[in-house]
Amino acid sequence: MGQHSLSDRVAIISMGCTRFAEHFDKSADELAVDAVREALDGADLTSDDIDAFWLGTYVSGISGMALARPLKLVGKPVTRVENMCATGSEALRAAVHAVACGAVDVAMAVGVEKLKDTGYAGLISPRTQDDGTRVNTSAPANFSLLAPAYKNRYGVAPDEFRAAMTHVAWKNHANGALNPRAQFRRELSKEAIERSPAVAGELGVLDCSGVADGAAAAIVTRAQDARRYTDTPLYIKALSLVTGDGSGAADPRYDYTSFPEVVECAGRAYVEAGITDPRSELALAEVHDCFTPTEIVLMEDLGFARRGNAWREVLAGVYDRDGDLPVNPDGGLKSFGHPVGASGLRMIYECWLQLWGQAGPRQVGTAHRGLALTQNLGGAPGECVCFISIVGSKLG
Amino acid sequence: MTASANETAVHHSSGIVGYHAHLPAYRLDRGEIAAAVGASSRGTRCVAGYDEDTTTLAVAAALPVVSRRESAVGSIWLATTDPVYADKTNATTVHAALDLPPGIVAADLGAAVRSGIVALLAAARDGGLAVLSDRRGGSVGGTDERDGGDAAAAFLFGDQAPLALVTGTASVTAEFIDRWRAPGTPEGGAWEERFGEQRYAELTRHLLSTLTGAGLDLIGISRFAIAGINARAVRTVAGTVRKATGAALEGGDLVGLLGNAGAAQAGLALADLLDAANPGETLLLISLADGADALVLRATDAIADGRGDPLRAQAARGVTIGYPQYLLWRGRVAGERSRRPDPDRPSAPFAWRNRRYKLSMAGGQCRKCAALQFPLPRVCYQCHAIDEFDSVSASGQTARIVTFTVDRLAFSPSPPLISAIIEFEQGGRLQCELTDVRLPLRVGDPVIPSFRRGATVDGIHNYLWKARPVYQEAPAPSGDAGPEREN
Repeated sequence: MGQHSLSDRVAIISMGCTRFAEHFDKSADELAVDAVREALDGADLTSDDIDAFWLGTYVSGISGMALARPLKLVGKPVTRVENMCATGSEALRAAVHAVACGAVDVAMAVGVEKLKDTGYAGLISPRTQDDGTRVNTSAPANFSLLAPAYKNRYGVAPDEFRAAMTHVAWKNHANGALNPRAQFRRELSKEAIERSPAVAGELGVLDCSGVADGAAAAIVTRAQDARRYTDTPLYIKALSLVTGDGSGAADPRYDYTSFPEVVECAGRAYVEAGITDPRSELALAEVHDCFTPTEIVLMEDLGFARRGNAWREVLAGVYDRDGDLPVNPDGGLKSFGHPVGASGLRMIYECWLQLWGQAGPRQVGTAHRGLALTQNLGGAPGECVCFISIVGSKLG
Repeated sequence: MTASANETAVHHSSGIVGYHAHLPAYRLDRGEIAAAVGASSRGTRCVAGYDEDTTTLAVAAALPVVSRRESAVGSIWLATTDPVYADKTNATTVHAALDLPPGIVAADLGAAVRSGIVALLAAARDGGLAVLSDRRGGSVGGTDERDGGDAAAAFLFGDQAPLALVTGTASVTAEFIDRWRAPGTPEGGAWEERFGEQRYAELTRHLLSTLTGAGLDLIGISRFAIAGINARAVRTVAGTVRKATGAALEGGDLVGLLGNAGAAQAGLALADLLDAANPGETLLLISLADGADALVLRATDAIADGRGDPLRAQAARGVTIGYPQYLLWRGRVAGERSRRPDPDRPSAPFAWRNRRYKLSMAGGQCRKCAALQFPLPRVCYQCHAIDEFDSVSASGQTARIVTFTVDRLAFSPSPPLISAIIEFEQGGRLQCELTDVRLPLRVGDPVIPSFRRGATVDGIHNYLWKARPVYQEAPAPSGDAGPEREN
């Protein structure tokens, strides 16, 4: 028994990504068609050339027919997958596994989410029937638990931690402002971020990621065949998934300053990809900045900063677009927006652009390192799903 | 008309073995209510929180009474004029929250004011638990709304070391129109008070002669208390009884301090009597409601040790809320709807399967590694042992706040929702909603579980355990800060 590396066995040969936005004029079906069309066109393929499809969507469709119907896929295996905020990455994981095991030659992963049809504020998560004892907290409330716990554990002054949270929002908005596909393309002043209306705990509206509609798609095939389709393949170096057992609230050892699932997931991903010093080996990281304290804590869980030190490094600009390790150069969930089922593939899309030097005015200077990381976090501190991928522009 | 006294009545129990009156945390200035309709008024009334109803108040009153003697409870008689459900029994919710054995009857009495004293008489007969609980309202700004009060009191009858022996009971029944109300509506009617005053004066004379005829020496009574919702009748009868007995009236000021708690008023009056009683004293409780009923008790040497949190001490605490807050909490005015989906109704089968946690606050302790967890799981989170748990209860246990958050986005009938991770002193951690919070909160603050009502969907009330901070000190003078406002 054991998990084995799939490093360099599968490559992404083309991708598509819609703008993430309040697409009041487009359905989930139309967004899926837009993303799939861009991916197919990029490799000069038609949907007939794809052997199997995986659709990731959190709340916007049920079964593979949610993709087969809009694309008019006939006689194809199409499966819907769901794993909270790792949903889009879960679709990629299934497609990669199908190619790696030899079951298919070419597979497609699609992530789609339509969140702006509900009329409600924030993300509306489906709930299974229950007895009403579960506390009905919102996502910002769940993640707001990180900030006081972190400050308390590491003795960080309230204004210092607030400044670090603000820096995360400021940085990601500054990055998103340069990205034509981002939901929010406007820089924000630090004053505006700190003045935003309270949502939960210490989090204001501008500490929260954007609720958006959007879709993204990736086509994968065997690594040795990738060059037949493209000059800019993206090789899968590692896919790692850790699903928490949900015991954080019950377990007195859990103190809300870390995501143990992320630590575990990252450790496996680095082994799979042969990475020993992620901070210097990675060209960029696209991480799950659902709320500003989340990104700070993730810097430590992913091994980019020492424990208790990430807030300081955030403030020093280490993760800025021109820093030692650019984090969320496309704007992140914070300003690119977070259509749940599409976000995982959107992150990969940015890695693809950046590693091949096609990110335009937001191009990072570290692309020569050749490796990038994406990370999704579904759930809440103490009970979450974590997905991490490592992708690279070169074999070996 | 019926009458019985100590020689004739059949008592399976000898007296009250435990009691507790419970006041909700909130107080409302009557002058503020009256001012809304251009009137004036003095005094305060007790107000139940937005998540409290007659069932949850009943649980709060009964919990300290039955704690550690659950097996001695012979029955539950729940009296209220404001039952939460019709058709469905409310006393069964109380029974479940108290985690009592199944082999007893649990029944509602109501929805008349008289049901309060009747619960006491019924429980005295069968060694049961009488729970008198009420939430009183009225026309907006009117006298019933001003003078009403929300409260509960519980009395357990039995033979084991009673605090007060039941030495007599008497009842006189009469039909006449004094106070009335259609079920389910807050606005009640009242006839000219003098009519009821005369009827109750007559009935009291009858009641006292019945007691005397059964051998009770009225002069031997040390203290008495009167409950009833005709205030004029209560005052007049108090004078009559004082003259006939020479005893001291207790609780004459309760209505002014707390409001008249309807069916629970007899419970508050009795708790106040017991709080004041010395060993050996004879106590008389009279209820004036569609007749007159009397309960005569003699305090024992155990009385001084049997008192919990006295009613007067609770009356001195409390957080003042404004009248608009009261109107919102009672649904008399509608607040802005949340921009979040309405909660789902709880599933009846799911709630039944999980009743040991949902209603009784019980969890499990792993036999292999001793970790406590809620609800009782199949698999231990710590050592992964399967089906190796002993049931444990967190009811009545103190916990500490590990961390908390104020959630302004989530649905709550009274935003913001405050949730916390709490850790019990006996071990075990869980996430729950906090209630009766006076911000600011701090990590480490002590809390205790409190049975509350969550959202109501399709008429189903989502009962569950929240936790409330334990405040020892008197609150800061309010007026500037309501309970839900941050400092």
